[in-house]
Amino acid sequence: MGAEKRTVSEKADFKRELTEVVPHLRAFARGLCGRADMADDLVQETLLKAWAAQERFQPGTSMRAWTFVILRNAYLTDMRRNRFRGEYDETVAERVLTAPAGQEEPIHLSDMHRALLTLPPERREALLLVGAGGFSYEEAANICGCAVGTIKSRVGRARSALNTMLADGSIPKRSIDDDTAHRAILEELDDVAAGQGVAARS
Amino acid sequence: MGKGKEAKGEARQDPEWANGLRQLYDSVVEEELPDSFKDLLAQLDSKD
Repeated sequence: MGAEKRTVSEKADFKRELTEVVPHLRAFARGLCGRADMADDLVQETLLKAWAAQERFQPGTSMRAWTFVILRNAYLTDMRRNRFRGEYDETVAERVLTAPAGQEEPIHLSDMHRALLTLPPERREALLLVGAGGFSYEEAANICGCAVGTIKSRVGRARSALNTMLADGSIPKRSIDDDTAHRAILEELDDVAAGQGVAARS
Repeated sequence: MGKGKEAKGEARQDPEWANGLRQLYDSVVEEELPDSFKDLLAQLDSKD
């Protein structure tokens, strides 16, 4: 705050853009943590943090990418506190998913979602950003604060894992609290802390 | 959303679940915003 205080009109622009990305934040959060209530808590936390940090947002850059960095950091922090390490709740997922009424699904969306949630978190987020959010590899790498090659490799691994699971119907019951995945998250947290979200700064 | 630019090479071989992934995302994007969000957004201006 202080010297860099934004004008009233800049604040209004910021708020309008922030409001516009809320549905995307909810979609990203739901894909990350799989539970609608937790996802929405995460988005609310993100909105408050984004609002408090608005002086650091460069007008004209992508609000979606900027807020995704904040959301993802909040998610990683919550993961570290074990908040999301519960077992995947299938009945919740059924409620969470809202497939358009009367539309044929080539693949059951709940299977899709369950398969997604069994991926190690860093691959899941990479696939969500690129495959669902429509970010380029470069944008996704900025959001995750890692190299483009790393994102490509994570997306590739996530894709092949989903191919296998969905092709032969072998979707594991859970691996959300899998130790390996959790360790990867913690390691990645250190990277995040070191790089502190490229997109957030530039 | 800018679908199609990304993953040029791989996009061609996207299996059918790739569409499901986008559907998952889009279905949440298209949900009506819960009141709790409208309330929170409305309160932001007084938080300084």
